Amino acid sequence: MTELTNLTIATALEGLKNKDFTATELTQAHIAAVESARDLNCFITETPEIALKQANEADARYNAGTALALDGIPIGMKDLFCTEGVKTTAASKILGNFVPTYESTVSQKLWNAGCTMLGKLNLDEFAMGSANTTSAFGNVINPWKPNDGSNADLVPGGSSGGSSAAVAAQLCLGATGTDTGGSIRQPAAFTGICGIKPTYGRCSRWGIVAFASSLDQAGAFARTTEDCALLLNAMCGHDPKDSTSSRQDVPDFTATLNDDLKGKKIGIPKEYRVDGMPDEIEKIWSQGMEWLKDQGAEIVDVSLPHTKYALPTYYIIAPAECSSNLARYDGVRYGLRETGDDLRDMYELTRAEGFGEEVQRRIMIGTYVLSAGYYDAYYIKAQKVRRLITEDFDKAFEQCEALLTPTAPSSAFAIGENDDDPIKMYLNDVFTVPTSMAGLPGMSVPAGLDSRGLPLGLQIICKAWDEQTVFNVARGIEKAANFTAKPQILGLSRAA
Amino acid sequence: MAQLIKGETGEWEMVIGLEVHAQVTANSKLFSGASIEFGAAPNTHVSLVDAAMPGMLPVLNEYVVEQAVKTGYGLNAQVNQTSVFARKNYFYPDLPQGYQISQYDQPIVGTGKIEIDLPDGSVKEVGITRLRLEQDTGKSVHDMHPSKSYVDLNRSGSALMEIVSEPDIRGPEEAVAYISKLRMILQYLGTCNGNMDEGSMRADVNISVRKPGDEFGTRAEVKNVNSLKAVHQAIMFEAQRQIEIIEDGGEVDQETRLWDPNKLETRALRSKEDAHDYRYFPDPDLLPLELTDELMERIKSTLPELPDEKKHRFMESFGLSTYDASVLIAEQSRAAFFETVAEKAGDAKLAANWVINELLGALNKAEKDLNETPVSAEQLGQLVARIKDNTISGKIAKDVFAEMMETSKDADSIIDEKGLKQVTDTGAIEAIIDQVLAANPSQVETYKGGNEKLLGFFVGQVMKASQGKANPAMVNEILKKKLDG
Amino acid sequence: MSLSREDVQKVAGLARLRMTDSQLDEMAPKLNSILGFVEQLSEVETDNVEPLSNVARSTLSLRKDEVNDGECRDKVLANAPEAEEGFYAVPKVVE
Ligand SMILES: [Mg+2]
Ligand SMILES: [Zn+2]
Repeated sequence: MTELTNLTIATALEGLKNKDFTATELTQAHIAAVESARDLNCFITETPEIALKQANEADARYNAGTALALDGIPIGMKDLFCTEGVKTTAASKILGNFVPTYESTVSQKLWNAGCTMLGKLNLDEFAMGSANTTSAFGNVINPWKPNDGSNADLVPGGSSGGSSAAVAAQLCLGATGTDTGGSIRQPAAFTGICGIKPTYGRCSRWGIVAFASSLDQAGAFARTTEDCALLLNAMCGHDPKDSTSSRQDVPDFTATLNDDLKGKKIGIPKEYRVDGMPDEIEKIWSQGMEWLKDQGAEIVDVSLPHTKYALPTYYIIAPAECSSNLARYDGVRYGLRETGDDLRDMYELTRAEGFGEEVQRRIMIGTYVLSAGYYDAYYIKAQKVRRLITEDFDKAFEQCEALLTPTAPSSAFAIGENDDDPIKMYLNDVFTVPTSMAGLPGMSVPAGLDSRGLPLGLQIICKAWDEQTVFNVARGIEKAANFTAKPQILGLSRAA
Repeated sequence: MAQLIKGETGEWEMVIGLEVHAQVTANSKLFSGASIEFGAAPNTHVSLVDAAMPGMLPVLNEYVVEQAVKTGYGLNAQVNQTSVFARKNYFYPDLPQGYQISQYDQPIVGTGKIEIDLPDGSVKEVGITRLRLEQDTGKSVHDMHPSKSYVDLNRSGSALMEIVSEPDIRGPEEAVAYISKLRMILQYLGTCNGNMDEGSMRADVNISVRKPGDEFGTRAEVKNVNSLKAVHQAIMFEAQRQIEIIEDGGEVDQETRLWDPNKLETRALRSKEDAHDYRYFPDPDLLPLELTDELMERIKSTLPELPDEKKHRFMESFGLSTYDASVLIAEQSRAAFFETVAEKAGDAKLAANWVINELLGALNKAEKDLNETPVSAEQLGQLVARIKDNTISGKIAKDVFAEMMETSKDADSIIDEKGLKQVTDTGAIEAIIDQVLAANPSQVETYKGGNEKLLGFFVGQVMKASQGKANPAMVNEILKKKLDG
Repeated sequence: MSLSREDVQKVAGLARLRMTDSQLDEMAPKLNSILGFVEQLSEVETDNVEPLSNVARSTLSLRKDEVNDGECRDKVLANAPEAEEGFYAVPKVVE
């Protein structure tokens, strides 16, 4: 029984079907794990009663032979997805007591597929951050420890840091995330798990607290490629309530999961070899190329000339959209309200008290770049460069079917590091942001450990709507890398 | 028609542009499925989208788009095949999103023009700058609590057409004529009910003053001008205010002012501390709106006859005066009523007279609308036809009409019952004339002596003797023959 | 372009964020460092490039004009800091 938290989604579904264990047992094992790992601070809200009720219903369906696609699979929900009757905070004080009266489309789809909800996962406030250190509910601790004897607490990446840490620490079999500039892929890389951001428009944004509407996209975390595909199957699909949601058919990503990479052309963008990139990142990247070559893939050099401008473009567009998206947090209809002498006082005090430092900084940047006299120089300029970035990818995909890059320029760093220099923090997303700007599907798979024993990820990027090739190439890497390392805390708890 | 104002330093001209917000006739809101029905309990016609709950997204109402396109064609305007929704960012409690979804530099409708009819019968063209589709705000209620304002979001998210005119308007009469014409066009199209009392149509007035021929002066925007009367009053007040400032050596501030309908004055908005920087940018929750050729063609081909077209047709095919035509087309139902009367009567000009002077006059007196008329268009047409075919005289017709208004009976049955049929039998008329001449020998003598003015006297006597039924033309003719012969 | 303390104050006003003097002092250099970072976009030649505002690869979908939402005042007011008589209540606004 102790090994129930060590399963993959695929093997858990097998076990449930074979009645090796019940959904209730599976969920109970994970609830126990969540409780024992509270010091990681993965969850903002735990919902064991809901999970057990859902598990009970799943068991009834297994008994009746009417089990759903993901029936009885315990997952965590990033606390950016509105969940009916369950506090949804976006890790912000301003929504600290907000209880939605509605359920986001993506979370509803997961419940419709039979998943059980262990709770709401911690994140950077309003998903703005790369280390999960901006949460109003405290930082999340990466379950991995460096082997340098420092025993330092590391960040789990961000913004979906609660999600990555919880899946890596085996508190849940999978988790949802959202990715605006790398918020799924970078934390997946920092915690040694898989994370996929599908094409912009694949998952409905309805009911997800918005950060930057033209970039935000929901996705999944799990410990294997196949598990990510299983989760994504349930999450994708057109939603008439989201005008940017795609009407493209959603294939069954697991049915056609195929790791035969013979003859596949894999592009290596030369601009991703950035100055000061650690040797170890360079090494794992080369290793990835070798693995793919060994499986019959052809490696081609491609160029994405505007790569270096993606990050500055992002830091205009995302704050601009966020400054407007976060205007609704004004203390009138929900959320925190500070009393003031008059309306203006109320607004300014509420927002100053309710938003954390990083969020305020981004609102300020966004407000400034949209304001009279600066709009053309910043915002329009950024939109033009965004087009160039997108066109770079279009051209590259004339030469190859997938791109292979490192996911992040480093492994997980210590909590507190990079905190006082926003630019240094932003550079974490240097490899993930271009994909977001172009709205393309991207995934991080664990590829190995660095010299400090910390996981490193590789990123696969494909054309719009081609998540299938993303999964297939990821599967190839996964097979070759045979990444079996586990975070140290699992060893510790098992020994205890 | 441009009305000048006499100041201490000479005459001043008003330069006015109007921004009209017209609520689009539809069932549901611009971006949500909540009802737009007027008068509901507070915060009931509100969806989670309208309340801007976290994670809520806008989905565009296709019918509202069609309504805007229709209106564009009705304003003789350029309809843009691609338009873009943009966010206008500002904070106010009745603006739940913290931004209004509107349109900015790529509106759905571009430049157009309409003709306005002025009280002196002249016609003037006023340019339309653009039409934007946008969300309405909610409503703040300030007088229910001593220290709080209450917010009702029922109106929040309803679709508005913001229709902006060029600064072509030169006085309050023209402004009123412009709004009336615009309202008429929207009502003809069925795209706005034009109800100013319920706020379905609201106007902001941009006004400046100048010496005729000078450059435009600095303008003030006057908001909250919500009736035709208020438009007139606000313009006159604001023009006078600006003239006084300039004549006293001061300068007009470019500012937003509020019309106070109780104090009958404009005053600066206190919230002007926020020299507005709306930070417009394309709404990333919505893609550009692309109109198909089919949609544009379909709407164009199903456009009703518009007021000006109708007016011109009435003038050209029926020979009506500009004034008569303008009165008749003021409402679509009135124009249709008139056309039925004209058809039945066989004489459009006579029909126009009867509709305007008799029927509308009588209804007005009775404080009734045309749709409450006791005399139907067919009935009135029959009455007019009886004048036309000489069955009764115009004078008798008025009596018949009065009776019709009382009883809703047909003209023919009243004429029959009361034996009002005109006497057109020459013999009968001659007999009456002979009687009259015999009874007035001295007048006959005077007439023959050269005083031909007395003819009228004889006609009157004959008509009196025939109880008004003798055909006046015949009476004239026979009388003349007898007296002169 | 570099933001002065007064500029920062003005932007904070537009964004409705109350800032203390020391917050303003801290904010200015951080904003300037970010703006300095994004400044590098000026190197990119964009004269004939159309701005791209959305990467959703589809056309806007519209909805039918049907009343199928609203009539849920309880939900609308459920999280309100202050609601009275069916309204949201805020400090009095003087116009
Ligand atoms: Mg306006
Ligand atoms: Zn407007």
